[in-house]
Amino acid sequence: MIDQPAPYLLKPASVTRVMAQVLLALVPGIAAYVWWFGPAILVQLAIASATALAAEAAMLGLRGKPVGPALADLSALVTAWLLALTLPPIVPWWLTVVAVLFAIVVAKHLYGGLGQNPFNPAMVGFAVVIVSYPALVSQWPGISGPDAFAAQLDAILGHRAGLDALTGATPLDHLKTALKLAEGNGSVAAVLADAGIYGPLGGRGWEWVGLGYLAGGLFLVARRIMTWHVPAAYLGAMAVLAGALWLFDGASFASPLFHLFSGGTLLGAFFIATDPVSGSTTPRGKLLFAAGAATLAYLIRVFGGYPDGVAFGVLLMNLCVPLIDMYTQPPIFGAKAMAELGRKEGR
Amino acid sequence: MIRRDEFASIANNGLWKQNSSLVQILGMCPLLAVTTNATNGAMLSLATLLVMALSGAAVASLRHLIPHEIRIPVFILIVATLVTMVDLAFNAGLHGLYLVLGIFIPLIVTNCIVLARVEAFAAKNPPLHSALDGVFMGLGMLWTLSLLGGLRELIGAGTLLSGIELVIPGTHALRLLPEDYPGLLLASLPPGAFILLGCLIAWKNWMEARAARAKRPPLPHSPSSPAPAAAGPQG
Repeated sequence: MIDQPAPYLLKPASVTRVMAQVLLALVPGIAAYVWWFGPAILVQLAIASATALAAEAAMLGLRGKPVGPALADLSALVTAWLLALTLPPIVPWWLTVVAVLFAIVVAKHLYGGLGQNPFNPAMVGFAVVIVSYPALVSQWPGISGPDAFAAQLDAILGHRAGLDALTGATPLDHLKTALKLAEGNGSVAAVLADAGIYGPLGGRGWEWVGLGYLAGGLFLVARRIMTWHVPAAYLGAMAVLAGALWLFDGASFASPLFHLFSGGTLLGAFFIATDPVSGSTTPRGKLLFAAGAATLAYLIRVFGGYPDGVAFGVLLMNLCVPLIDMYTQPPIFGAKAMAELGRKEGR
Repeated sequence: MIRRDEFASIANNGLWKQNSSLVQILGMCPLLAVTTNATNGAMLSLATLLVMALSGAAVASLRHLIPHEIRIPVFILIVATLVTMVDLAFNAGLHGLYLVLGIFIPLIVTNCIVLARVEAFAAKNPPLHSALDGVFMGLGMLWTLSLLGGLRELIGAGTLLSGIELVIPGTHALRLLPEDYPGLLLASLPPGAFILLGCLIAWKNWMEARAARAKRPPLPHSPSSPAPAAAGPQG
């Protein structure tokens, strides 16, 4: 009960509360992930979390900052989880460690810690490992129940011998390769009908993971942890671009629905491009930022050499944020009248 | 000739205080492209050292004859001549390495550090001083680029001094990390050079900050450092 008369002030959400809700919102997606692709992702999440907390504590200690409160704000855990979710769950354990170390030590703390990093730490970590170990980061697991866990664990521990039985191409990768192999004679519909890895929305299994992220993301929007601008612009730009090319040539370009539910689109739209630190801060800037990131992601995944472009799209747009923010400042109330007044008095 | 303190100052400037890569941040193009291993970094630095020493001496000897208004084209002409000589010498003597370093030997002409030292030092100082300045600037570049190249190949592939057989036949690279080390390819790519250069600059700044702290220990009651209250309203 509030025992004071009005006016009331809303207590601002603490970093810990925001981060805890982001972690909570990731749970549906993770649950679908475990259901379709086995519990290996949980092992990766644990490795990433432990590395992130250790690196965060070590960097705070080196910088002479209090370790306790900063560890409790959970921001390192969010970075670790997002990074683990963008990597294939069967990468060797040291690869996850390298990626998280880069994210926390270089991308976050060398730039000044929480709130100061110009680039999304998780995406920097991902970019480092996909550039350094492209082969390992493109080995995704096929659909597998809990019985494949032993083999997956073996792969995480570094025994990569029996790996071919585990892995399968991601839907995006498979589609691109199949279209290229057909040399203009294939069509998207034929590829989708032929291979057993596609579902009604995107890739089989992956579409459910995507739906999980969508549910978590909508929860965050409903809780006002983030505004609608970034997810709406991200998904909208992706759908418009994919839709335009699909209408233009449906045989060689997949449908917008396929692109929305494949790869990292939904994770990127709700959890990565929405990073309040490295993203744009003004409302119009958020729309521009997210639309740009989605456009780049689409171009890279369809025409580029990498299997997906969400990470590079976000990083490239991070680079533009200062400029975007400068040109999209909302006008201050009364500023125009003041300027008018100033001009009159000056004369 | 040259006084002892002048020599010390020139040496200190080149090796540490005005280090071409760590302080002046000049010559980034060869730094990015060539320091994929310690051998290449060291050999390109040696070529640059040679050019800088000779061009310093040449420009300093001619400094009273060069018209001020067209000094830059004249400097470039002198440097280009010397670079061509070094280029031909490398091609003749170390052909294998010459193929590896490729365009970056001729590109020494455009290396800012060469023109910067010629313009800032050799044009105002006697030949011996200028030649020494070139030598020590080159040595500063030598240790920085060798260290950077060594770190990059160690992190990138686990080896040290790969390509040494092109310079000294019969030798081979050291393998410092185990055979199954996966290598961080990023370190061998240009971003790795930038990130590691940043780390080296941070290390140098840290060393200097520590030295400065050691030189001036905080003595609150020392008469040489006035207390804040004594500083009064001027502060």
